[in-house]
Amino acid sequence: MFRKSSLLLLIIALATPFLLAAAGDGAWITKVPGKNRQRQNPFDHQSNAIAAGGKLFRQNCASCHGDEGTGRDNHPNLHSDRIRNATPGELEWLLNNGSLKNGMPSWSRLPEQQRWQIVSFLKELAAGN
Amino acid sequence: MFRSIPITAFMIVALCLLVPSQSRSQENYFVTYSHQMEEPGNLELATRTVSGFPSAGNQFLGSALELEYGMKAWWTSELYLDGQSTSGESTLFTGFRIENRFRPLLREHWINPVLYFEFEDINSADKSLLEVVGHDGIEDFLERNDRSEKKREAELKLILSSNVKGWNISENLIAEKNLRGEPWEFGYAVGVSRPLSLVASPNPCTFCRENFSLGAELYGGLGDRYSFGLHDTSHYLAPVVNFRMPNGPVFQASPGFGLNSNSHGFLLRFGVAYEIDQVFSRLRRK
Repeated sequence: MFRKSSLLLLIIALATPFLLAAAGDGAWITKVPGKNRQRQNPFDHQSNAIAAGGKLFRQNCASCHGDEGTGRDNHPNLHSDRIRNATPGELEWLLNNGSLKNGMPSWSRLPEQQRWQIVSFLKELAAGN
Repeated sequence: MFRSIPITAFMIVALCLLVPSQSRSQENYFVTYSHQMEEPGNLELATRTVSGFPSAGNQFLGSALELEYGMKAWWTSELYLDGQSTSGESTLFTGFRIENRFRPLLREHWINPVLYFEFEDINSADKSLLEVVGHDGIEDFLERNDRSEKKREAELKLILSSNVKGWNISENLIAEKNLRGEPWEFGYAVGVSRPLSLVASPNPCTFCRENFSLGAELYGGLGDRYSFGLHDTSHYLAPVVNFRMPNGPVFQASPGFGLNSNSHGFLLRFGVAYEIDQVFSRLRRK
């Protein structure tokens, strides 16, 4: 009894990561639903929001993307055309959902307002300001 | 008395001072899990301590040292080392737990499921109270420290969690089985929490409202396979407060109140958590 239960648990523990790995999504930007893509940033171009977003970026994002957003190790540079051309709604969707298959965690634990503040900062960062 | 617990807390605080890093604990609760996973490559060190004052027994301090690592954005792995100290009795290492959490759905949904698998190798003196299942109750804490009974247990949890308008609402269904032929035991945990401010302030600050969150959790046992239900089970309601120090540790405290005669009247939980970002990349760079 003990051996059968242990063996079953071991098989589940070993197999689950591989099964989940096979269920990944693709390039995140193509997955953003239309209604999210069109959403407007309520803090657009507000200097307080950009400053707050910068603070949140340094607290939550800089360990992977670098203090200046230039990327670190295998994590992407945020001074890119993809970020520059993305709509605020697309960036907020990415922060909320993450891209779990590619290592980007979900930041849904941050309130939506704080995600928009980060988006404000990212747009400034990508614009080179 | 209670010698080992301050030592582990001291070690974490010392580590916070020695390793400059940014810190974000993933969990808002002591018992309930949300769907937040550890970020890939990050290592979180935490203590979860519970203090109980049974009227018919000795005061105790149960503690778990937690090492949580983000394997992938959808997979978090943890090791717990449990110990306890009971006034007038002894201070003991009571065992370890290994757990893995998986997010089967890779996007954010209205309700986000997480699958949780844990193996425990603890003994009957364990008092860490990381969950309440079956007919767990205050009587388990009245006997003198006794390590003779080994508990090798498998624990499964279905974690359901939502983030709505700044609120986190989490529900856990727990099934636990002693692998030595005892029946499945069941339990539950439910938690709700919210930061004090949904908007971050533009200026660096330590004690601003966005760094505090308040919540409450309700948890208890649901009997076992042969006697499912609320009869002869224990239940607790516990407010929780979190303080996330920017670029530092997270402090948590939670007074818990027993809801029936089978529960401890009062439990005081406190914890310190510290996250080391990209721990292996940091080592490689050095």
